[in-house]
Amino acid sequence: MSGAGAGTEGGALGSGLLEVFSDFVGELRASGVPVSTTEVLDATEALRQLPLSDRQALKSGLAAALVKEEGHWRAYETLFDLYFSLRPSPGAPAGTPGPEEEGALTLTPGELAERTYKALLEGNIQALAALARAAVARFAGLEPGRHLSASYYTLRTLRQLQLDDLAERLAASAQEATGLEGALLANDYRRRLARLRSDVEAEVRRQMVIERGPLAVARALRRPLPEDTDFMHLSREEVAALQRTVQPLARKLAVHLARQRRRRHEGRLDFRATVRRSLSSGGVPVEPRFRSRRRAKPELWVLADISGSVAAFARFTLQLVYALSSQFSRTRCWAFIDGIDEVTALMREADDVAQAVRSINTAADVVWEEGHSDYGHAFSDFVGRFGKELSPRTSVLVLGDARNNYHAVEAWALAEVARRARHVWWLNPEPRAYWGTGDSVLAEYGAHCSGVYECRNLRQLRRFVEHLT
Amino acid sequence: MEGTAEEARFESPRAVNDSLRAVGYFADEGTASVVFLADRLGKPVLVEGPAGTGKTQLAKSVAEMTGARLVRLQCYEGLDESKALYEWNYKKQLLRIQAEQVTSGGETWGELEADIFSEPFLLARPLLEAIRATDPVVLLIDEVDRVEVETEALLLEVLSDYQVSVPEMGTVKAQQIPLVFLTSNNTRELSEALKRRCLFLHLDYPSPGREREIVLAKVPGIEAALAEQVVRTVQLVRSLELKKPPSVSETLDWARTLVLLGVARLDADVAKETLNVLLKHSSDIERATKELVTTER
Repeated sequence: MSGAGAGTEGGALGSGLLEVFSDFVGELRASGVPVSTTEVLDATEALRQLPLSDRQALKSGLAAALVKEEGHWRAYETLFDLYFSLRPSPGAPAGTPGPEEEGALTLTPGELAERTYKALLEGNIQALAALARAAVARFAGLEPGRHLSASYYTLRTLRQLQLDDLAERLAASAQEATGLEGALLANDYRRRLARLRSDVEAEVRRQMVIERGPLAVARALRRPLPEDTDFMHLSREEVAALQRTVQPLARKLAVHLARQRRRRHEGRLDFRATVRRSLSSGGVPVEPRFRSRRRAKPELWVLADISGSVAAFARFTLQLVYALSSQFSRTRCWAFIDGIDEVTALMREADDVAQAVRSINTAADVVWEEGHSDYGHAFSDFVGRFGKELSPRTSVLVLGDARNNYHAVEAWALAEVARRARHVWWLNPEPRAYWGTGDSVLAEYGAHCSGVYECRNLRQLRRFVEHLT
Repeated sequence: MEGTAEEARFESPRAVNDSLRAVGYFADEGTASVVFLADRLGKPVLVEGPAGTGKTQLAKSVAEMTGARLVRLQCYEGLDESKALYEWNYKKQLLRIQAEQVTSGGETWGELEADIFSEPFLLARPLLEAIRATDPVVLLIDEVDRVEVETEALLLEVLSDYQVSVPEMGTVKAQQIPLVFLTSNNTRELSEALKRRCLFLHLDYPSPGREREIVLAKVPGIEAALAEQVVRTVQLVRSLELKKPPSVSETLDWARTLVLLGVARLDADVAKETLNVLLKHSSDIERATKELVTTER
């Protein structure tokens, strides 16, 4: 607010730097990170105060002012590197070739791979970085004017460096060590390989920045933030990233809900406690006390389509539901494709949801005929077997895209569920525009639901869960 | 002592890092530069991260290295104004009024009112205490995520303007801008307003190099080779998906245990038998044991 950024005068900063900085902030905003004006002023001031030669300090200092959520760090780091670390600026020592690198340029590909192997084995970080630079110069094949993606060049470099082969050899050498040491070495090698990969990636990006400038590269690299990533198109890395985000999110929601439930139910005046308390203030009832009321927790039943198309979505939703199970008197869970099976026990036994989903796929009897989603059969089967256990305290949550593969709709089954249960909610991971197109029969099911929600990313999922309680 | 608002406390991020080291806190570069900025910009620092990564200790160490007094506000659910800012000591006020009735002294109500709403009847809670302090202080607002969103608003005035308004007495302005640290275990989303006012620092588990330094410094009598093994094992264990990954303090506990047991070299059997010091959930122990021992072929 007022006091914070008041002292900002651009004078002390080169106008060139300020320009780069404002481009950088613009890109940061464009990638979805919320940055307010106050925060920009703070960061400008930070830029003035921090020693510019110390890139690491600069990076964390600017982050402290601009990025207020851990999940946004990745987006920030990518951009910071493009705009500040990888830029060919006169002051930065980044591009100076070391002796390793100079020598490496004259090596044959085989020798380069061999040296890389040695550096990985010894954990020589500097040599590794130099070798990564050399490898990119040799193998990436970056040509001016040809605009291919950074991941293409990275992959190409790593393939020519025979990374898979190196990884195998490292794993084999780790196994030679006995006992604990073997496990430790394997872990060390994994880390170093990851480091080599990111070194190569950084070098590719640096070269691209030199050629095209940071803005173009930033645009090409832009990815949605974890909470905005579409469930339906997740890469393996994104699944891992999302995994890390879901857990704290679930915990936050659980705490939030528990507090709400506690707070909302302040009941009648507790006369006895008020009088008791008034004794310490000479009989004047300064602080009234209230009784707390108890309200029954709802029961939650989840029906999840776990066929290929929506499996990732089901997985994250189940994970969230399970983390919240303390908020419900009882959580039960069914998985279906064209048959349906209760998986509550499987979910409970598993340590984490990923494992649970795996065991559901192997142990649960969810395939009836052909293994393509058949909502109609799954629902009618469900009503036949479990319908009697539904009660007005049960809320039912259906997860799926309602793509029925042109099977019979059997909407009566869902109507029956809706009649017996308190609520039926439907979460659909498809964009709203696709609902009801092709073999999607959401409209027919939706008529019997208390609510149908689009739920394509973590942000929407979160909004729904908050609304649900 | 360095303390007045205008004077910078630190010279450079590197200097912060060195002084923190001198008081036994091994910070990474990021942490040092955020602490440096907090002083230069006069802004509070919101420290977030998993449990046991030294969030609270950071505030304590900064207090120690600047020779400041640590004023700590421990947050909890239901924390309110009267516990965070100030409270009128109404029991004492009541006594004062009753005493007035008994002695039936000649004070008018106006005088009496001015009297009972004055310093001696004011109970300063941590926030007011930190603001009023004339000696250098570091204010630590611990586990700020435990208070409700509404209560957070209480902090805003203090954190942005370094002042507290007491309606009966007026506004108390800070004599000096104290260094303020807020810690959060991330159990709920903090309000945008609060985040905007703070510098944000995410403290993660330390890098292997830094953790080794910590172990060597805090565990007396440990051999460098053993420290190295301990740290590498902990790093491996942390890379598994556990319910509760080991924190730095658990690493230290484990290292101390090994030293006490007279272990010179860690092997699978010793690790298996002592893992319960490092991990607290039986399912985690099982998982880690599997990882550490099955590779023994």
